[in-house]
Amino acid sequence: MDYFLSEEQGMIVDIARQITDEQIIPHRAELDEKDEFPRQILENMGKADLFGVPIPEEYGGFGGGCFEIVLALEQLGRGCIGVATAFAASALGIYPILISGSEEMKQKYLPSVAAGKKFAAFGLTEANAGSDASGIQTTAVLDGDEWVLNGTKQWITNGGEAQIYTVVAITDRSKGARGASMFVVEESDPGFSCGPKEKKMGIRASSTTELIFKDCRIPQDRLIGRKGTGFITVMKTLDSSRPGIAALGLGIGQACIDEAASYAKQRVQFGKPIISFQAIQHILADMAIQLEASRALVYSAAKHIDAHPKDMSKVSSMCKVMATDMAMKVSTDAVQVMGGYGYMREYPVEKMMRDAKILQIYEGTNQVQRNVIGQELNKEYSRK
Amino acid sequence: MKIIVCIKQVPDAKDVRLDPVTNTMAREGVQSIMNPYDQHAVEEAVRLKEQLGGEVTVLSMGPPQAEEVLREAISCGADHGVLVSDRAFAGADTWATSYTLAKAVKKIGDFDLILCGKQAIDGDTAQVGPGLAIQLGIPFVTCIQKVREASAKELVMERMMDDGYDVLAVEYPALITVVKDLNEPRVPSLKGKMKAKKAEIQVFSAEGVGADPAKIGLAGSPTQVVDVFPPPPRGERAILTGSIDEQIEQLVVKLAVYL
Repeated sequence: MDYFLSEEQGMIVDIARQITDEQIIPHRAELDEKDEFPRQILENMGKADLFGVPIPEEYGGFGGGCFEIVLALEQLGRGCIGVATAFAASALGIYPILISGSEEMKQKYLPSVAAGKKFAAFGLTEANAGSDASGIQTTAVLDGDEWVLNGTKQWITNGGEAQIYTVVAITDRSKGARGASMFVVEESDPGFSCGPKEKKMGIRASSTTELIFKDCRIPQDRLIGRKGTGFITVMKTLDSSRPGIAALGLGIGQACIDEAASYAKQRVQFGKPIISFQAIQHILADMAIQLEASRALVYSAAKHIDAHPKDMSKVSSMCKVMATDMAMKVSTDAVQVMGGYGYMREYPVEKMMRDAKILQIYEGTNQVQRNVIGQELNKEYSRK
Repeated sequence: MKIIVCIKQVPDAKDVRLDPVTNTMAREGVQSIMNPYDQHAVEEAVRLKEQLGGEVTVLSMGPPQAEEVLREAISCGADHGVLVSDRAFAGADTWATSYTLAKAVKKIGDFDLILCGKQAIDGDTAQVGPGLAIQLGIPFVTCIQKVREASAKELVMERMMDDGYDVLAVEYPALITVVKDLNEPRVPSLKGKMKAKKAEIQVFSAEGVGADPAKIGLAGSPTQVVDVFPPPPRGERAILTGSIDEQIEQLVVKLAVYL
């Protein structure tokens, strides 16, 4: 379907598509097999200005919104969710600075990320704080003119590879949600280290580690926004970033249909290509319907979010749930259409099915998304 | 440093069909691309500019739509685009093309280095680069696979040979033609694409470059294409199987027929 993209949006799609076809697809199986971080590909994405897409022009970026980053991520996701996650996590890492950071902080950190010279990461999750962010135990205490951080973040994408980390820590436990603040931690800060790389089911090209703070001392001006506004920044960050995860679902959905349909055209059983059998056609048809419906919602949601509406959380969660549940379903169906071949590592849908699973889990599980949507509906209808 | 890169718009080789009646190449509906060797020439020119400073002008002779490849080169880092386009150029062979490009280069003015792809994938002659250098009276080196050192005065390069490579140095002004091993062309950047969209492409006519009408187009072309035909199908082939000894035995039997 034609979504009538602007010329600039078309350029973003073209560049992301070219990188995906020429640099990601030929290497994705090897990166997955070796758990290898795609540094070279990411640097090339930097040179092509893709990291600058969500960053305003005054900080060296392209000044795109949620829709533009969705278009880029959809293409990258068609190639490899692992590589695309490393890219997306860098954008996620700078959103807190973009949303709540001071002018000096933006000037300091955004240009190098826009140029792809530095990567960023976002540190929220902990062992006891996943879906329930109020369980955060990492603390930050002001000592003279320095903040001292202590605690451990878990499953942080781009851990060990990023140079800039935006991290949530409790600055006043007695204030509940208003007692959390966000900070910028740099890779070389004393007392900061990353744990070993986690071994994952999918998205193995991306790096996932613990972030460990042991009396980690950072200058006072690394506080993002005002003290106590950490949760607000986190929520706004995730509202902006979730459509990007939905876009990865679109990419994987498209790739699965491409693979399954071309396989079904070639695979002959009972003397005919299996695509001529209704049993296969119906699976492919359902895959196509779900993908196109998800794409329509994700694109509309992203454009809606770019207008900064009040119901941003709800819409952002809705598109994340729909497109990522679709990705899981469609990738499972692609493996089914391809039968034994689909289950083998020699064919890409096996990896796509493993990769798709994370989309329903990270940046808020799809159950938590449904909570958000439900709570928002509850609020809306209480007012009516 | 002033660099000129000659580029050509060619039909995508993945998409080439012959007209079964006329045996000529069917150009309608065929996707056009920048000649792949020229992409490497553009990339090297941009790298030399990034290293030594200066500017890169891309030059193409072709119909008005060849402007697309000039814009593509600008999106990959070139600074200016010049299109030499005139109906009078139609039917030019490599000789007339070299003459025309030389006239355009002189009109552009000063330059230190000209880069060309080794050959275009449509004509496959590999003659225009050297021909242009001869017309301009400058040294040329073909089939460059690596630039070892580049300074504001000279280039030290590796020239691909059938058996290994030669190491050569050439002082400017000079012309080099390049092979695909030279570099990995970059993906256009977003800023490059925006710049390319707005870039003004200068268009030179035959008169504009001061070309002698007798030396351009079909009239200026000593080459006359008498016939174009697809290569005859290959003869019958067989793949031998079994151990090496068994295969040798089979081969001897087959060859014995010809004794």
